[in-house]
Amino acid sequence: MSLGRSGKRLTLAAGLIVILAGFGYLAWGGLGDNLVYFVTPTELAERSGSAVDAPVRLGGMVAPGTVTWNADGLDLRFQLTDGASSYRVKASGAPPQMFREGIAVVVEGRLLGDGEFHATNLMVKHSNEYRAPAEGKRPEQLYQELIRPEAGS
Amino acid sequence: MTRLIGHGAVMAALLVAAYGAFAAVAGVRRARPDLLRSSQLATHATFALMLVANLAMVYALVTHDFSVGYVAQVGNRSTPLFYTVISLWGALEGSILFWGLVLSGYSAAVVFLNRDRHGSLVPYANATLLLIGVFFYLLLLGPADPFVRVSPVPADGPGPNPLLQNHILMGIHPPLLYLGYVGLSVPFAFAIGALLSGRVEDGAWLRLTRRWTLAAWAFLSLAIMAGMWWSYEVLGWGGYWAWDPVENASFLPWLTATAFLHSAMVEERRGQLRVWNLSLIIATFLLTIFGTFLTRSGIVASVHAFSEGEIGYWFLSFIAICLVFSLALLMGRSAALGSTGRLAGGASRETVFLLNNLVLTVFTFTVLLGTVYPLVAEAVRGVKVSVGAPFFNRMTLPLIVALLFLLGVGPALPWRAASREELRERFLVPALAALASLAATLAVGTRNPYAIAAFTFAGWAGATNLGEFWLGARSRMRTHGEGPATALVRLVRSNGRRYGGYVAHLGILLMAVGITASSAFRKEVERTLRPGETIEVEGYTLRFDGVAAREEPRRFVVWADMALLDGAGETREVLRPRLNFYRMSDQPITTPAVRERPHQDLYLVLMAFERDGSSVTIQALVEPLVVWIWIGGTIVSLGALMSLLSGRGRLRPGRLARDAIRLTHAPAAETR
Repeated sequence: MSLGRSGKRLTLAAGLIVILAGFGYLAWGGLGDNLVYFVTPTELAERSGSAVDAPVRLGGMVAPGTVTWNADGLDLRFQLTDGASSYRVKASGAPPQMFREGIAVVVEGRLLGDGEFHATNLMVKHSNEYRAPAEGKRPEQLYQELIRPEAGS
Repeated sequence: MTRLIGHGAVMAALLVAAYGAFAAVAGVRRARPDLLRSSQLATHATFALMLVANLAMVYALVTHDFSVGYVAQVGNRSTPLFYTVISLWGALEGSILFWGLVLSGYSAAVVFLNRDRHGSLVPYANATLLLIGVFFYLLLLGPADPFVRVSPVPADGPGPNPLLQNHILMGIHPPLLYLGYVGLSVPFAFAIGALLSGRVEDGAWLRLTRRWTLAAWAFLSLAIMAGMWWSYEVLGWGGYWAWDPVENASFLPWLTATAFLHSAMVEERRGQLRVWNLSLIIATFLLTIFGTFLTRSGIVASVHAFSEGEIGYWFLSFIAICLVFSLALLMGRSAALGSTGRLAGGASRETVFLLNNLVLTVFTFTVLLGTVYPLVAEAVRGVKVSVGAPFFNRMTLPLIVALLFLLGVGPALPWRAASREELRERFLVPALAALASLAATLAVGTRNPYAIAAFTFAGWAGATNLGEFWLGARSRMRTHGEGPATALVRLVRSNGRRYGGYVAHLGILLMAVGITASSAFRKEVERTLRPGETIEVEGYTLRFDGVAAREEPRRFVVWADMALLDGAGETREVLRPRLNFYRMSDQPITTPAVRERPHQDLYLVLMAFERDGSSVTIQALVEPLVVWIWIGGTIVSLGALMSLLSGRGRLRPGRLARDAIRLTHAPAAETR
């Protein structure tokens, strides 16, 4: 099908409209609003004002001595620190089994106006290497009481 | 010794493949049948060499030869034999080695099945496949060398990634994925061959690769579904798709390959959409390499990222080279790519396929943008950012709904503009079915607009596709006097290509219904329980009876006994959600207890437990219609298989002769 000049112009115009519509569609998708930045407590403190109430991923270490867990209300609170700054974190729901003091975690959530970080998701940082647990911390030692070898799977 | 064999075989494969590519091109350009024959032998030899290399690696794995680099990385003496063998594809180097095997296998099969064809198309395609192989063999000798020497030799290794040992689906997901990914190199190679040989108009490359494309697409579909199923069964979040970059990596080429599958039909019948088809298959191939890059280069932290290092640059360079080369070819041949007929406008199947191309292309761009943005942002601005699932859902749900609608339009439309009467006649029943579905979904309490639209169009498209079977069978019953069952069987046998496609459509609809229902009606409850206490969700009552543990050679297993109670408080059955602690990992892996029924799944996760077993935290989920996702996914591939096994046979002498003549002579524009 060979197009005449006006046919070619029409195709070009149609193409342009499709491309512009495409960009419009992407803009509507709100990529910017759905970007979740990963920050450390120090970086979060630097952003302060603008960081409030924006979804963000905060990574750091669970500060020793700061963990409180209310099993009935499924309410977990602790301090997350990177050595320089720290934030109070409140999470609802049970933490993963490996959660404990001194461990690296990433929490997803928002910083509220009162300075407390509300986490909707808590992840214990996966180490890329596969290391055996430290002596004394191996599951067969920690959970000795629970062993019942004859039971089903 | 094993290392020597392995290195030797890969090196030889590299040299033979490079020679074969050269011989194929030279054989065409200088009309030297001896060089062409030589290039065919080279392809077969490459396969044999890769087979040797892979077998050597499997031998090293099974005998726990820790002097071999890859074995030292993934081997472990207490890993069961099955998981030891499948650890061949468990980490970067081994998976590239396996990729090389699959690629050389496909190449050898292509060359063998097309050995009697003349013309320049097949040799150029062979050269392309061999050169792709050269890239992977270079990787195997460079940054991804699995046969690296380890000294001093360790006594034992860390074992495969625990996530990969936990479930059998992880055994089959990678090979299925590779059979799909690598299989798509075949139509790509033929497209390049067609562009190089200058013979694009006759669409021979499409005809020759139809079955290869279908097979690769079927494998890729199964692989994606296996990945979803695995995610559901292992990761313990009750979901199956998170728009994770690695999930997207497998999905992107599937989208363009689906568009290509449909759009190729238009070129076959009407000589239209040539540039679309070439672009789609080039994009598909590039996306498969990009997918491997995302998964293997460590650029994204995920269970798939095994290493960091320079391999990413190799992949990016290869993608860049292929992209530039393909575009140059496409632009160079643009004069020959004009269509040979008028694309019927109006309400015709051609229009639907064009719309299909557009929607799937926008879909691909959207997912690509969301996947690539974090990588670009980190490279350019140094910020770590992730694109949340809400972006993907918001952008893709309207497109998915549009696709479901189109799925119910295409099969019922003819190959030229339909008249108003025809439209009314063909779409009356589907429209009624849509209204019935709409009423049913509203009655059940669906309020999410996308869920409502999805169910409505599932009814619409289901009626259209089933209607095609009904109309075809009814027509046979009238003309041949056959009974309904016979008519149906003969109908499908005589036109398996078409009805296989409709079967695949029905599979997609089942998946859509399952996905919509399980997302829209999902119920979740989380509680901490002491022994004897119960948790309730959607009519199920579960009593926590205690925590127990067991030592196994390669892992330590902790589980909770959860008794599912009936109305009278008696135990109907016991479900045991677990946490598996693998020896060389400091984090356990959840294994949820899943009770599958046709109408819904009950899904229990052991979130945490006290050391003395005094309490556990359990998450209980109820999700309707989940099984239909897996059933639908299997039906999709069965439909593709049906379509693959039928169609005009290539092995009949008359057909071969016709093809040979067509390929060797300059074709006149064909009218159909």
